[in-house]
Amino acid sequence: MNKVYKNAKEALAGVESGMTLMLGGFGLCGIPENCIAELMELGLTDLTCISNNAGVDDFGLGLLLQKRQIKKMISSYVGENDEFERQMLSGELEVDLIPQGSLAERCRAGGAGIPAFFTPAGYGTEVAEGKEVRFFNGKAHILEHALEADFAFVKAWKGDRYGNLIYKGTARNFNPVMATAGKITVAEVEELVEPGELDPYFIHTPGVFVQRIFQGSNYEKRIEQRTVRTK
Amino acid sequence: MLNKNQIAQRIAQELKDGWYVNLGIGIPTLVANYVPEGIEVEFQSENGILGMGAFPFDGEEDADMINAGKQTVTLNPGAAIFDSSVSFAMIRGKHIQLTVLGAMEVSENGDIANWKIPGKMVKGMGGAMDLVASADNIIVAMMHTNKRGESKLLKTCSLPITGVKCVNKIVTNLAVLDIENGAFRLLERAPGVSVEEIQNATEGKLIIEGDIPEMKLNME
Repeated sequence: MNKVYKNAKEALAGVESGMTLMLGGFGLCGIPENCIAELMELGLTDLTCISNNAGVDDFGLGLLLQKRQIKKMISSYVGENDEFERQMLSGELEVDLIPQGSLAERCRAGGAGIPAFFTPAGYGTEVAEGKEVRFFNGKAHILEHALEADFAFVKAWKGDRYGNLIYKGTARNFNPVMATAGKITVAEVEELVEPGELDPYFIHTPGVFVQRIFQGSNYEKRIEQRTVRTK
Repeated sequence: MLNKNQIAQRIAQELKDGWYVNLGIGIPTLVANYVPEGIEVEFQSENGILGMGAFPFDGEEDADMINAGKQTVTLNPGAAIFDSSVSFAMIRGKHIQLTVLGAMEVSENGDIANWKIPGKMVKGMGGAMDLVASADNIIVAMMHTNKRGESKLLKTCSLPITGVKCVNKIVTNLAVLDIENGAFRLLERAPGVSVEEIQNATEGKLIIEGDIPEMKLNME
């Protein structure tokens, strides 16, 4: 079994315009930087991107927005990106804003073979428009459907040739759930190691969910809100 | 009248030993600075931390360790890291005892609006809808009136709502209020603020019964 690809260019073979993509990360933390750079390089258009956020104007998914490569975004919070807000308010960009927990669970459900589920989040708000409502234990819930993607792009700290992954700190966020929900999941890692080098007790994403893996390079790991205290 | 830090300080008086607490962006974040002596609480950050600590010292910040406001943070001893679906399982499953968040409007029946101004500001709801839909104990931290001097405590919200009938308590620069049977019940006044001032700044139904005490704060 060998899932190793040489670089982002090879690992993204088969990604086409019009596809639905998942991209891990929270803000700029744990985003698949190499895959995003390659998507920009490929110049694909009409992409539907499922990602908690949309990057900032000049980094992360913001790069694809600048080039008008994205047709539709499915996100929970996009407040750090002026270009996004502009494209959304002008109607150039289709946007589906959904509660963060529902987004995570919809990805989890997609990867876990659960087509839909009921959640209280969003009941009584515009998020619930057109969705089935049911009461459980006297409380209103809305029906949310699972999300799946043609490709899921995730970023991990360490990974092995079998696709087992370990994430670092809060760079975990949406990556593990999205890794389960891609028809093809591509993992880019800071450190690619041989099977046996990762402790099986501490694997976050078991390799079965990952189809392609490559050693990433030149990580910028930009910090959005550098907040420190003085000694 | 309270400043933002004092609003946070008053909310911190509500904390109880052993609670897991989610703090929203803005004034709620400041609550962490005023945890009363002798009690232990753990702060949850919905991007995947239990046991969130202080901001790092200059030079020790880590791009892979941030809070839900995308600020660099540290972990306290005994902290745990998890993915987003586990994080919201904690929230939806009612394992978090207190949620503190900001708001643009709150209505007298406990509806909250804090995510969208149609045609103007569209940033998204983030985790707010999940939090308010599930939490049993929600405190809103906000100014009593908006920049134009209009009440933010309304009969009905004019902005798109984030959740229905979910707010329990509101701490503003003027007052502490509970939501009770479709009305705001005035519990405490900010130091130097009269009941009349609070009444005038409150558009929704306000219940005032008996003497309303002043808040007790260690004023800075």
